[in-house]
Amino acid sequence: MSDLPISPAQTASDDGHLAVRMCGIDFKNPIIPASGAFGFGREYESLYPLSRLGGISVKGMTLHKRDGNPMPRVAETPAGMLNSVGLQNPGVDYFIEHELPNLLTKDTVIIANCAGSTVEDCTEMAKKLNRTGVHMIELNISCPNVKAGGLAFGVDCQSAATVTHAVKNAAPDKPVMVKLSPNVTDITAIAKAVEAAGADAVSLINTLLGMRIDLASRRPILKQNVGGLSGPAVFPVAVRMVWQVANAVSIPVMGMGGVSTWKDAAEMMLAGATCVQVGAALFQNPLAPIEIIDGLRQYVEESGISSISDLIGGVQPW
Amino acid sequence: MNPVSFFHGVYPILRKRALAKEIYDLTLHAPDIAMAAQPGQFVHIRVDGFQLRRPISICEADPCRSTLRIVFEVRGDGTKALSQLPEGALLDLLGPLGKGFDILPGGKAVAVGGGIGVPPMLAAIQPYGNDGTVICGFRSATAVILQEDFVRAGAQTLLCTDDGTAGRKGFVTAALDELLRTEKPDIIYACGPQPMLKGVVALAQAHSIRCQVSLEERMGCGVGACLVCGCKAVKDGEEYIAHVCKDGPVFDSDAVIL
Repeated sequence: MSDLPISPAQTASDDGHLAVRMCGIDFKNPIIPASGAFGFGREYESLYPLSRLGGISVKGMTLHKRDGNPMPRVAETPAGMLNSVGLQNPGVDYFIEHELPNLLTKDTVIIANCAGSTVEDCTEMAKKLNRTGVHMIELNISCPNVKAGGLAFGVDCQSAATVTHAVKNAAPDKPVMVKLSPNVTDITAIAKAVEAAGADAVSLINTLLGMRIDLASRRPILKQNVGGLSGPAVFPVAVRMVWQVANAVSIPVMGMGGVSTWKDAAEMMLAGATCVQVGAALFQNPLAPIEIIDGLRQYVEESGISSISDLIGGVQPW
Repeated sequence: MNPVSFFHGVYPILRKRALAKEIYDLTLHAPDIAMAAQPGQFVHIRVDGFQLRRPISICEADPCRSTLRIVFEVRGDGTKALSQLPEGALLDLLGPLGKGFDILPGGKAVAVGGGIGVPPMLAAIQPYGNDGTVICGFRSATAVILQEDFVRAGAQTLLCTDDGTAGRKGFVTAALDELLRTEKPDIIYACGPQPMLKGVVALAQAHSIRCQVSLEERMGCGVGACLVCGCKAVKDGEEYIAHVCKDGPVFDSDAVIL
């Protein structure tokens, strides 16, 4: 970790109280649009400069381009949504050539989210990304929407450890954060396994597997029958899992799952998250990350704490 | 890659009317969106209590009056809640979004709309004045909407209903087939159910007339980031998954697989 890229936080003097440090990277604030909800950042730029964000976790990539799952890929649920995009993406080479150069000018931390159906695919991607300016790799072993790989790694301690170890070796210059699935009996076991295999951080939770059925047609709304649940409905589950994992490992945790307001983000940090990703909330309110950052800033100012990082893991359990 | 340009704001409902059973017509005061909107684009509407926004096509944008008109059908709980908002209520909109119809100045156009696919045809045909023809299809006389608006726009109108209770009995494709025997428009626009679109595209191809179709798909973000609203498209002879919200909703008929 000797030659880390320039830390975006150095240019963000106004957010000093919101700065957090994770895996040796300075984030100007802890709020990061979640992978899959923000593309490669281009779409939301007409609403606000990307430099206001703590970071961006880009759309999940695979070694080769993927077309994704058949439509419909989305269904609304009480306080949330199901998605079944199936990792549609242009492939890691396209990202490195056409999207990353633009992203690296945005003065924010760029997290490359990648998924693979084999250890070899993941290793190959990690090698390629290690030679780029991305600040961090988020290894997605928890996509519920692809048959091979993805979740297959994320529900078994041994496979999770194997792929983490391989990616860490292939990308020795980048912090590797492993994104965990909530669709397991004990998420702390997987977290401990990837920590032991060399993960620099974990992020959680990916979506919870869910299903909706149309009464009239008796067909599932999603063409893949099932998909990943996100949105406020999953928030308490995410807080619980972040808390459990933060207590089980000594590497930092990035928390996500249904965060829509600054209070949700603060709660996630109290549970043990150093940074917080925001996903489904963007679809209802594209300004959600910015409003959360502004809300956290006001909270820090009004509550008199010296830094937002005081919240991390600050819950006082009964 | 084109820069994305749209607005996000809250806009008051100036006027609300029921046009037919479960069909509502809202006029909003939305100066920035009205100024930027192109025919065929849509707005993405937040409805309190629902996680996902509702994409609704723009029926008419009047930059002089700073108004935006949307006409929608109650299809589920979200659009029902939207239909219950009173005049004066504020709507949270993202827009204008997506790629609209190509307007050919000085050309002749035929717009074909089926059911709730009719409203975007008003914006599409207005620029053509007397050189525009609109063919509308509805289930029945009680579902007919917007005919006076098309007349006011100067367009020739042909009305079809499935049961023959208004206009001619039968599908819009039969009316289009007949029309194309005597007229050769420069472009055909279509929005409506999938079988109708396929029929219109087949006729356009048979007569070698350019055709653009407006598609519908369940959407998430509405701006091209989340990739849920895919559709099969073709570019340089290769099939790929385009997205209705950003690459569409309007596609050239030969660039999309219906």
